[in-house]
Amino acid sequence: MHIQTVISTNSNFMNRIVDKEFLSENVVKIVVEAPLIAKSRKPGNFIILRISDKGERIPLTIAAADEEKGTITLIAQKVGVSTEKLAKMEVGDSLHDLVGPLGKATEISKIGTILACGGGVGIAPLLPIVEGFKKAGNRVISVLAARSKDLIILEDEMRKWSDEVIIMTDDGSHGTKGLVTEGAEMVIKREKVDECIAIGPAIMMKFTSLLTKKYDIPTQASLNSIMVDGTGMCGACRVTVGGKTKFTCVDGPEFDAHQIDFDEMMMRLGGYREEEKKDYERFMSQV
Amino acid sequence: MTILSEYLKERRNEEWRAELRKKLKGKERTSIPRVKMPEVEPQERTKHQNVEVNLGLTEEQALVEASRCMDCATPTCIDGCPVQINIPEFVKNIERKEYGLAAQTLKKTSALPAVCGRVCPQEKQCEEQCFYTTKLGKDPIAIGYLERFAADWERESGEMSVPECAPANGKKIAAIGSGPASLSFAGDMAKLGYDVTVFEALHEIGGVLKYGIPEFRLPNSVVDVELENLRKMGVKFVNNFIVGRTASFDDLKEEGFEGFFVASGAGLPRFMNIPGENYNGIMSSNEYLTRVNLMGAASDDNDTPVLRGKTVAVIGGGNTAMDSVRTSKRLGAERSIIVYRRSRAEMPARVEEVNHAEEEGIEFMNLANPVEYFADEKGRVNKMRVQHMELGEPDASGRRRPVPVEGSEEDIDVDLVIVAVGVSPNPLIPSCLPELKVSKWGTIEVGDNMQSSIPVLFAGGDIVRGGATVILAMGDGRKAAASMHEYLSGEQKND
Repeated sequence: MHIQTVISTNSNFMNRIVDKEFLSENVVKIVVEAPLIAKSRKPGNFIILRISDKGERIPLTIAAADEEKGTITLIAQKVGVSTEKLAKMEVGDSLHDLVGPLGKATEISKIGTILACGGGVGIAPLLPIVEGFKKAGNRVISVLAARSKDLIILEDEMRKWSDEVIIMTDDGSHGTKGLVTEGAEMVIKREKVDECIAIGPAIMMKFTSLLTKKYDIPTQASLNSIMVDGTGMCGACRVTVGGKTKFTCVDGPEFDAHQIDFDEMMMRLGGYREEEKKDYERFMSQV
Repeated sequence: MTILSEYLKERRNEEWRAELRKKLKGKERTSIPRVKMPEVEPQERTKHQNVEVNLGLTEEQALVEASRCMDCATPTCIDGCPVQINIPEFVKNIERKEYGLAAQTLKKTSALPAVCGRVCPQEKQCEEQCFYTTKLGKDPIAIGYLERFAADWERESGEMSVPECAPANGKKIAAIGSGPASLSFAGDMAKLGYDVTVFEALHEIGGVLKYGIPEFRLPNSVVDVELENLRKMGVKFVNNFIVGRTASFDDLKEEGFEGFFVASGAGLPRFMNIPGENYNGIMSSNEYLTRVNLMGAASDDNDTPVLRGKTVAVIGGGNTAMDSVRTSKRLGAERSIIVYRRSRAEMPARVEEVNHAEEEGIEFMNLANPVEYFADEKGRVNKMRVQHMELGEPDASGRRRPVPVEGSEEDIDVDLVIVAVGVSPNPLIPSCLPELKVSKWGTIEVGDNMQSSIPVLFAGGDIVRGGATVILAMGDGRKAAASMHEYLSGEQKND
């Protein structure tokens, strides 16, 4: 039925924002009408959206979906012009474009004990994966880390799908004072972990990966590379995995963390830093 | 083939054609020099990304050029055309000033004449087979220029003819991708009365015609008119929709879709896998052109950025390489260099594009191949090492194989590198259909009738060919439409 609506209106869905909430000062959650994506998405998938006809194509992981209501939940951190503009959109506004689901879905099966490490806004893409592993019958221990208490997002939702949640903050304002790796190592030393998932800033994933490599625990990391089309067409998102160039959009976004060249990935994330900074300053001077 | 030649003979024998042939003596015709395309001056055109270089023939020029055509009894030019346009008929219609009829002749077999007149490699197709080229050793009739003239005339006249469509048969067909293969398929199926929906993954309809080919070569407005024409024929377009992802093939079947044509293109850029290739400032031509053409990154109004360079090296010798290198000049590069491993004679690019590039001050470093890149402390490329080559024996493509010259390495300062060494088939659609037969290169395997291993699924264009031209993709679209029609009609009879 939805397909027919799409075709007869000769354009895509309304992509209407039905709910919006700031999870922290710089992290916004929006719920968008997208019935087909809500139905077809799987944990690990992402979408690409544009705010206006002049906008960038912004890739965002789908944090949650409600098939009955036909909505998907997206979580974005304000980091530049486009995400600032996204955070300014209100309930009732419509995204100009929305396409997905993109990327390979997370391979979920019953493995045993899963250690899920989320850093900052990386907790958002981790949520559907944790939900998937829990539903598949795994024991899930989540370690959520951020600089301070107000940057820990989705704690309640993560608790819902985790057997245990460990909170780590740099300043000790919530949970235990320390880094994600310290929380993770505590778990690894305590019990047998069969697989680890790490999503967050590149540096956080790098050190989590180094840690689990030491203990020989298979680890997946989900990358947030720079993308343009998100369909394999441009190669902006290329990353070296096991010595081979892969495209995050079609080969990922999840890869074997022990094989990822994180240093190169971090270097590539900075590829447009100067352009972004200039645009951001111009934008902020206008608003 | 014989049906075609009899048809051509019949048309050629029409009174007006016979009369026209008598108007001028053969010698008078052959003594006219080939027309020169009016162009925007290089200094002026390199200031703008979206100013078309070729201005198009004037009516006077077109009339003179059309009169050069001998209206041969055996029009070999048609053999050189992948969609077998009745070339003498449209040229002679121009000669007798029936420009609308000329355009209609084109549209009988070509869905996008205004596009093909601009981007076809005519010198390797119709014009290569022209009597002037093969027998007289003279410059061929400017068939491409005349095609563009007729198509533009019709578009600008405001009297665009909408091809006649058979009564609606109520059968729903999905075309996947909205590039040239899909558009020509959609046009033909609409003419046959089918209810066609074109699904596009990107936010813009037009495929490579929009994201790839720059506006200085093919203005978006030209493509938009063709799209509008298809809409008038009842073709529906849906953007932001990935068949197999947004909804599955089975979902579409449940919605009543009976036939599928996959023309999702060769949108997976190839890299050379040499050291340093992932440094910042090194990107595929697809990324570069998509940022500039599709996302409008050259203009401050748009949010998408694109890296600029003082010295830009573009690796490759095809049309995409020429589009990229000329784009870099327009975006302010001081030096824009083509680095190509063979010599100019082997370049796959259209000759006109190579000439235009040269006029615009593009440097050509031929017989050279990058072997390594170096970067500054921030990871931005600042140097490339090239190895010089010489030509050896011909390889499988018939072109002489480039062979590295030992000890010939040279370092060149660059701050932007665009890799335009070809594309692979986009795996997105085939990966959604595990039962679909694909080759080891990832192309969809089809029979002569463009039918895949899944009977209701046909395919064409670069997803089958792995990287070809607009006109070959269009030819595939037409062929697939004819075959699918036959298949679906036959199926009905068997019911």
